[in-house]
Amino acid sequence: MTRDARITLTVNGEEISAVVAVRTNLVDFLRHDVGLTGSHVGCEHGVCGACTLELNGKAVRGCLTLAVQADGGTVTTVEGLADSGRSDALRAAFTRRNALQCGFCTPGMLASALSYIERGGSDDRQAIRDHISGNYCRCTGYQSVVDAISDVIREGDGA
Amino acid sequence: MTGPATIFDRPNTYIGKPEPRADAARLLQGRGRYVDDLNLPRMVHAAFVRSPHAHARIRAIDVTEARAAPGVLAVYTGADIAAEVTPYVGTLTHMAGLRSAPQYPLAVDVARWQGEPLVMVVARSRAQAEDACDLIDADLEELEAVCDQETALSPDSPLIHEEFGSNLAWERLVEAGDVDTAFAAPGVTVVERTFRFGRHTGVTLESRGTVCDYDPSENQLTMYYSGQAPHMMQVILSKHLGLPEEDVRVISNDVGGSFGIKIHTYGDEIAAAVAARMLRRPVKFIADRMESFMTDIHARDHVVTARIGVTAEGNIVGIDMDDLTGIGPFSMYPRTSAIECNQVLNLTGAPYALQNYRARGRVVFQNKMLMCQYRAVGHPIAMAVADGLLEEAGRAIGMDPVALRKKNLMADDSYPRQSASGMKLDDLSHQKAITKLTEIMDYDALRTDQAEARKRGVYRGIGLVSMVEVTNPSPMFYGIGGAPIASQDGATARLDAGGALHVASSITEQGQGTNAILAQIAAGVFGVPIDRVRVTTGDTRNVPYGGGTWASRGAGIGGEAMLQAAHALRDQVLEVAGTLLQTTPEALDIRDGNVVDAGTGAERMTLADLARTVYYRGNELPSDTKPELIATRHYRVTDFPFVFTNGAMAAHVEVDIETGFVKVLHFWAVEDCGRVINPMLVDEQVRGGVVQGIGGALYEECLYSPEGQLLNTTMADYIVPMAAEMPDITVAHIETPSKTSVLGAKGAGEAGTGGAPAAILNAVNDALSPLGASLWQMPMTPQRVLTALSEG
Repeated sequence: MTRDARITLTVNGEEISAVVAVRTNLVDFLRHDVGLTGSHVGCEHGVCGACTLELNGKAVRGCLTLAVQADGGTVTTVEGLADSGRSDALRAAFTRRNALQCGFCTPGMLASALSYIERGGSDDRQAIRDHISGNYCRCTGYQSVVDAISDVIREGDGA
Repeated sequence: MTGPATIFDRPNTYIGKPEPRADAARLLQGRGRYVDDLNLPRMVHAAFVRSPHAHARIRAIDVTEARAAPGVLAVYTGADIAAEVTPYVGTLTHMAGLRSAPQYPLAVDVARWQGEPLVMVVARSRAQAEDACDLIDADLEELEAVCDQETALSPDSPLIHEEFGSNLAWERLVEAGDVDTAFAAPGVTVVERTFRFGRHTGVTLESRGTVCDYDPSENQLTMYYSGQAPHMMQVILSKHLGLPEEDVRVISNDVGGSFGIKIHTYGDEIAAAVAARMLRRPVKFIADRMESFMTDIHARDHVVTARIGVTAEGNIVGIDMDDLTGIGPFSMYPRTSAIECNQVLNLTGAPYALQNYRARGRVVFQNKMLMCQYRAVGHPIAMAVADGLLEEAGRAIGMDPVALRKKNLMADDSYPRQSASGMKLDDLSHQKAITKLTEIMDYDALRTDQAEARKRGVYRGIGLVSMVEVTNPSPMFYGIGGAPIASQDGATARLDAGGALHVASSITEQGQGTNAILAQIAAGVFGVPIDRVRVTTGDTRNVPYGGGTWASRGAGIGGEAMLQAAHALRDQVLEVAGTLLQTTPEALDIRDGNVVDAGTGAERMTLADLARTVYYRGNELPSDTKPELIATRHYRVTDFPFVFTNGAMAAHVEVDIETGFVKVLHFWAVEDCGRVINPMLVDEQVRGGVVQGIGGALYEECLYSPEGQLLNTTMADYIVPMAAEMPDITVAHIETPSKTSVLGAKGAGEAGTGGAPAAILNAVNDALSPLGASLWQMPMTPQRVLTALSEG
């Protein structure tokens, strides 16, 4: 049967200590144990990108990361990105461009987009498309998502 | 009521403006409320053992070990669940001759598709429930499976339902004019092709799921439902669990994509409701991705052999087609699985002035997942058949496909009229649409580029489609046949004491922007700033009765009800205002949250003042004044079975003849959905729809082995369009408002999915044509393209 382990990590700036089954993945831990339901589970095998979140400064798949692997680490979810203001420009652009419909892919899409923007990604549309090709969106057809990300990069460049 | 001009010319109207959705803020902050986000006190979790075989007799199921497993509260077999529900049958009386067998939530004696639930385990966690599923020993006798619809009707085929004597579920023949004589006439060229449309599915990013709660003290069943039609679900639960309708409450909060997938009766969801009642506590079931692929309804699966006849001058004299479609072992309840075939027969060739039309449809049972209504029901088949044949006929007689369309599309001034299949058509603009399409795509320049590219060994193709879309269905769609599905929708508008407007509607939100357009309509028609409107949808206890959002009906039907309710409330408020201000209602208007002088626009009183007077200080009103600050209106489409829209689309593709890969370079869509309420939302519906259509045309297919094993049940194996391979999509509009309502809006949600496959098919075949090759099977995978080239 399953084993348990105690983990301590920082989630959206708050230190959390919990006992988890070692088989629990990070996104299930955040959703069901911590109550941060913003990160979504779409496929549970690392393909759809809905569970993309930030662990120790890098965008990771919450379904391919075990909660115990985040022990001692720092996690930022879509809720944290909003509370800290880091996603302000992206959220405004996604709203203006209607770059979301059902919203289920959106938390992962924001995390992927932010990692691209913050490391200086270009506003080239194909480059943006390539970067977000790990994030399924079944509603928008992607164009508005590309538009929104491109807008934020251009605004950041003072264009 | 006041005429349309008054409504659309009002100073603070929001209709026609690209207002951003208020819901976006919540979803972008991770504060959505999807079913799996719910965590109710004492909630337990369900998992299912499913049939590993496409067809198997259940000999025995041993659940002893599972019952004793850690965390397990209950284990239910098919018989256990069947004792708590009445069976359901997916037939409707207006689909004459359609037959299907009684179905229970879990298989009782025979499993008829791989993935059909056999046993339900309820445990304290999903993981524990899944652990216990592994301990269940199901003794199954595998039976011969019927998988290929092309052999399902042969006399030596095994039978899925012995009592029917064959695997035929339904058939229909439509005949208009005399195709045989028309085709035999001198100078007529007849082109015949066989089209194959693979199975695909919706792949909603949020999988199906439900939380069901039961409170025995009030006999109250509450279903939290990721779906499109809460009132339909309320009736189904009531009927089959034997509860009064008023004791069933269905709540639909945020829905992570639906596309028609989540509007059907799924055994695992019904079983969750049954388990909640038996256990007297909340039960959650969330399908994992493998369960989604195996048990979400599949779509399409048609083999169509069709002929078109055309004169040397390019006059289409007729279409003759035969559609054979496989629907799985049952017709889906309650909408039935014959609707798609029926729509193929209704819609093929409907944009064109055809005199002669013959269409036969046959719907057959098979041991695969049930096939049923998914976005653009029947449209991709109908459009690809008609426009695929049209472009092939153009090649045969040496006529440009645009010229051939213009010659045969119904004239824009010829409505009202009927299609050859008998569909009533009005307010369409095919000729304007094809003209606009060729302008925005610069058709002639693309043809020049294509010729240049061919000289370099680069094979580009241009493919078009002229299409209709069924929207705003009347009671003739489902209600007439006995389905518990409302064709009308209701809307309520209520002024609160602070001067804000609260609206509620029976249409539902799955991301289209339903709530946004309701707010736009209500704000403008009533007269408040849009940020003073609050919208409630998706709760059978708190919204008027109605159908929900499907068949591109939300904006056209629910929107009209909202318009009427807002207008009625405006009249009621002005009545009160007239009394308070000692003038006539006609001398007043409501603008930006204030009662104003209609002529000068000068403010007379705020809505908050008016409402507080009515609610708090009724003593200031004459005793014979009985103000009503709430209004409800309902609306249904009359006179027409459906309100059709039309559009024209084009794809520009490049086919790599070495690898078989098809790259979509660009896509254009011209859409006439009547009055556009929010152009941004409509454009995004069209784009998203086009991309789903491209998915069906190029990538998506549920692949079964000959034994009925679904081979691709992960997102890595089932390919959906990703950002990198999708083109930008140019969208343009023609607005021919429907005369069936004041709002004049038609639906827009399905056009892209309905039209794009035909445009892609035509573009690929246009690219392949100089090589003497053609391909008539979707998805048009690299392997199939290469096979076509090797046979060309």
